[in-house]
Amino acid sequence: MNDLAEIISQNQDRLRTEWIRTMSSSVERADLISKAELDEQCGSILKAMVEGVKSSGAENIAGGGWNTARDLLNSISTSRARQGFSPTDVATFVLSLKQPLFAVIRDKMGKTPDSLFEVIWSSTQLLDRLALITTESYMATREELIMRQQQELMELSTPVVKLWDGILALPIIGTLDSARTQVVMESLLQAVVSTNSRYAIIDITGVPTVDTLVAQHLLKTITAARLMGAECIISGVRPQIAQTIVHLGINLEDVITKAKLSDAFGLALQRSGRAVVKTSTAAAANPLSGLFSKREE
Amino acid sequence: MERIPVLRMGSLLLITIQVDMHDKLALQLQDDVTERISDWGSTGVLIDISSLEIVDSFIGRMLANIAGMSRVLGAETVVVGMQPAVAITLVELGMSLTGVRTALSVEAGMELLYGNAFTGSEDEQRTEA
Amino acid sequence: MSSVLKREVLPVKTSNDVVIARQKVRQLAVELRFSLVDQTKLVTAASELARNALDHGKGGTMTVETLVNGARSGLKMIFEDQGPGIASIEDALKDGYTTGSGMGLGLGGSKRLVNDFSIESEVGKGTRITAVRWK
Repeated sequence: MNDLAEIISQNQDRLRTEWIRTMSSSVERADLISKAELDEQCGSILKAMVEGVKSSGAENIAGGGWNTARDLLNSISTSRARQGFSPTDVATFVLSLKQPLFAVIRDKMGKTPDSLFEVIWSSTQLLDRLALITTESYMATREELIMRQQQELMELSTPVVKLWDGILALPIIGTLDSARTQVVMESLLQAVVSTNSRYAIIDITGVPTVDTLVAQHLLKTITAARLMGAECIISGVRPQIAQTIVHLGINLEDVITKAKLSDAFGLALQRSGRAVVKTSTAAAANPLSGLFSKREE
Repeated sequence: MERIPVLRMGSLLLITIQVDMHDKLALQLQDDVTERISDWGSTGVLIDISSLEIVDSFIGRMLANIAGMSRVLGAETVVVGMQPAVAITLVELGMSLTGVRTALSVEAGMELLYGNAFTGSEDEQRTEA
Repeated sequence: MSSVLKREVLPVKTSNDVVIARQKVRQLAVELRFSLVDQTKLVTAASELARNALDHGKGGTMTVETLVNGARSGLKMIFEDQGPGIASIEDALKDGYTTGSGMGLGLGGSKRLVNDFSIESEVGKGTRITAVRWK
């Protein structure tokens, strides 16, 4: 396959210019990348392709000789994905090399139809494979972005609230799946340490259903908190959930549960040796002189 | 050979584990604690593991052993400062550390042992009952 | 198919080797940017399995490999010994199973700390335990 390597290597400038020209007519987002940058990228890829074909052949693009080319294509694809190019744009980037390359090959080998066919065939296969690499890369980048956003969303939706000195509340809204419960567990335990809170109230009013898996996760969180020296109270248990728990045979013997968050708070206060006392200087609402004023004795 | 220091504060023994312990060190600690309780008549043992990034089943057993042996000798043990990642891993590992009391901090641990460490709070005024 | 980026073999012959094994796994887990909880699970599993190779397997080796499978990366640990082997793998995986003294938790605990876990063992020949955690 040294024919191919030589053809590319000896015609780099022509290939690069023609390639860029073919690309510009088909790629939509020409505004996102500068001409100089594009020029540089194409030049590097052509050089890397020569290296690849020479050392590992045109078939085996997983081989060591193709490392430079693969790395280049992956980084170009990743940055295009981040810049907002479509997957078609990225694949077209590679595929638009076909026309110029075939033109050069025909010029050099037009007199020998059999070799011409062979070289055209292996170069079209090669460019197809390289285009697929960019597509895979593109997908991987988008997936990573989506996962990161999901993570951030999960973290935002599990706030930890300090109700009182040493008492935390964790109101959970929405469905609890495996990944989310992990995040919830970690945020809770971290908050227990950083606020030095002996009591953590996990409020599940906003959780539509509790299945065995969710219950297991909650139990693990409670056990972990206990190991650290903190106590968990589950509140917001709705009648349906209570029924589900019993039906599923989930054992909540060691767990304190309360129907309402206020009950759980009251319990935590009591356990930590506090009482709420009513004093005589309660403020009254007075619409005429500000929102609240002391009641005149 | 190196040992984990066992400090005395009145009737309390204070142990801070900061190194990645190998087995011999752990066994030596068990011996030292029981000996000290005997020598000094200690009634409380506080083990601070806030620097431990790993607690495997061996270390877990060591903690449970120390708690058990101390109790037989008339002293209560509290383990404090367990890191969240460690707690989560222990639960997954299946270790419940039964017989080992825990607290979030040294102060909380002392309160558990002697019931008199008051950690003031800015939210409230304490009134003597 | 996963490709191996890095491989290292460490001896597990003394209790100090167990500490070194833990530190090596920690180092690689940090390099692979595992979360703190996942790091802890990996290092704890390494400690359990290394100690198992030492106490029950009469000493052996730990091989660590950094794996790449497409966009995923992972850490693989292989513990090998030429000890007496495990008669019943099923029993060994049960919690609370131990042939030594103490409240040994068995290999079931370690299994829960990783994603892929396998045991190959032959009585009289030795044991090989493979554990992998993916990011």
